[in-house]
Amino acid sequence: MDNLQLAALAAAIAPGNEIVQGKQFVEMTVAPEHLISTATILKQNKDTQFDMLVCITGMDWGKDLGAVYHLRSTVFNHMIVLKTKVSDRENPEIDSLCSLWQAANFHEREVYDLLGIKFRGHPDLRRLFLDSTWGYPLRKDYKDDVNILGR
Amino acid sequence: MEEAVVNVPLEQEEYIINMGPQHPSTHGVLRLVVSLKGEMVQNVQPHIGYVHRGIEKMCENLTYQQIIHLTDRMDYLSAHINNEAVCLAVEKALGIEVSDRVKYIRTILSELTRIQSHQLFWATYGMDLGGLTCFFYGLRDRELILDIFEETCGGRMIVSYNTPGGLMNDIHPNFQKRTKDFIKYFRKTLPEYDRLLTGNVIFQERLKGIGRINREDAIAWGLTGPVGRASGFSCDIRKHNPYSAYDKVTFNEILYDEGDSFHRYQVRMDEMWESMNIIEQLIDNIPEGAYAEKMKPVIKLPEGEYWQSVETARGELGVFIESDGNKYPYRMKFRSPNFVNLAPLNIMATGFKIADLVAINGSLDLVIPDIDR
Repeated sequence: MDNLQLAALAAAIAPGNEIVQGKQFVEMTVAPEHLISTATILKQNKDTQFDMLVCITGMDWGKDLGAVYHLRSTVFNHMIVLKTKVSDRENPEIDSLCSLWQAANFHEREVYDLLGIKFRGHPDLRRLFLDSTWGYPLRKDYKDDVNILGR
Repeated sequence: MEEAVVNVPLEQEEYIINMGPQHPSTHGVLRLVVSLKGEMVQNVQPHIGYVHRGIEKMCENLTYQQIIHLTDRMDYLSAHINNEAVCLAVEKALGIEVSDRVKYIRTILSELTRIQSHQLFWATYGMDLGGLTCFFYGLRDRELILDIFEETCGGRMIVSYNTPGGLMNDIHPNFQKRTKDFIKYFRKTLPEYDRLLTGNVIFQERLKGIGRINREDAIAWGLTGPVGRASGFSCDIRKHNPYSAYDKVTFNEILYDEGDSFHRYQVRMDEMWESMNIIEQLIDNIPEGAYAEKMKPVIKLPEGEYWQSVETARGELGVFIESDGNKYPYRMKFRSPNFVNLAPLNIMATGFKIADLVAINGSLDLVIPDIDR
């Protein structure tokens, strides 16, 4: 399925989300409260069948924090990008997708570790690389006194 | 007087041991916290981050040409393929088409990289399971490829030979001859590997049926590379989304259904033959042309998001760039194959013996700096 058809189909089965054609993939911005329902539809619809979660990228867009999900269908070999953002920087929370794709487990822990986004419903949300005394280094407002490159 | 205690059975309840971070069979600083009941593994929790260098954060203050040198340091056994991923992403974003010469050379070097990585896997896997001879055989033959790299790229392991728009410099005049000599030699030597290790009864007994993961789980956990393909999950990026010169060659994607440690091993052994086939189709036909396109010294990607995946020796490496039009990426993310392949270690190893944990862990062929980044 090419991107045009995919965008039309995604708009039909999961209405109410902002869908744009990005540089390569269809990019769908989902409100955090609709993330699980939209992801479930995309995974279970027989014409989309996004059964593989390729990657979760934690993002800091300055004002908002968020996550970018790259989904792939191993049946049709097409990809779609899901995005979600929260504006609460003190206590950002996004629903976990571990129940849909187990691969989300480590990816979400990584995002939590480096950006401090909590994933509701994650079975084992602990820091992954760093210990608890670190801040969240991938945030844009993170201050690192010893970083040689930043100076 | 207290009753003398005789013949107390060893502890019945679960106990916990640490494997690593300085354990030879974890191939780096990976720490596994293993819960055991007797000899049986109940639970494995990987603890990672001992070589976390914050590469993604560093990328935010580096130009794209500089980032390439960091990608060598992730999966250092697939260094050339990692470089290629960033180069392809940047070239795609700028709309640059490199010459066929560059594509052919990149593909040949990628396949040589894959062979040397699988050779090292074979060498260390044999050693993990008690066959030290493999280590010498594997490293002896791997040296020949590293010599080819040294002559053409200047580096042996961390080559940094790709740049956005092409290659650092043209291939060495000896490159084709030495590569063909190597293939000729290795076609004779690879069956020796099978005679030494693959057919060994102890080896087979220790691997068959151990650490099984089925196709549905492999997809749900996002396993790629030889680990995914041993479970019957067709995930070869070279086949499904060809890049460089992979659409010009014919090769088989190796698939097995069993999904156990032995077939993860077998996929890699077969892939070495396929890699040699690919190189042979290309090595005599490298077209003339520029080895690099003319690029501006400062590369600024247009605003937007870019994704490129390539097939490294361990699976799918995805590069995600979000650019705000600056010379530095706004956010750079590496979806590294080892990071994803490590995650289901718990469900693979539970219910097996602790010695099997070494076999399972080895069959994943982990490179720890790629997990930590």
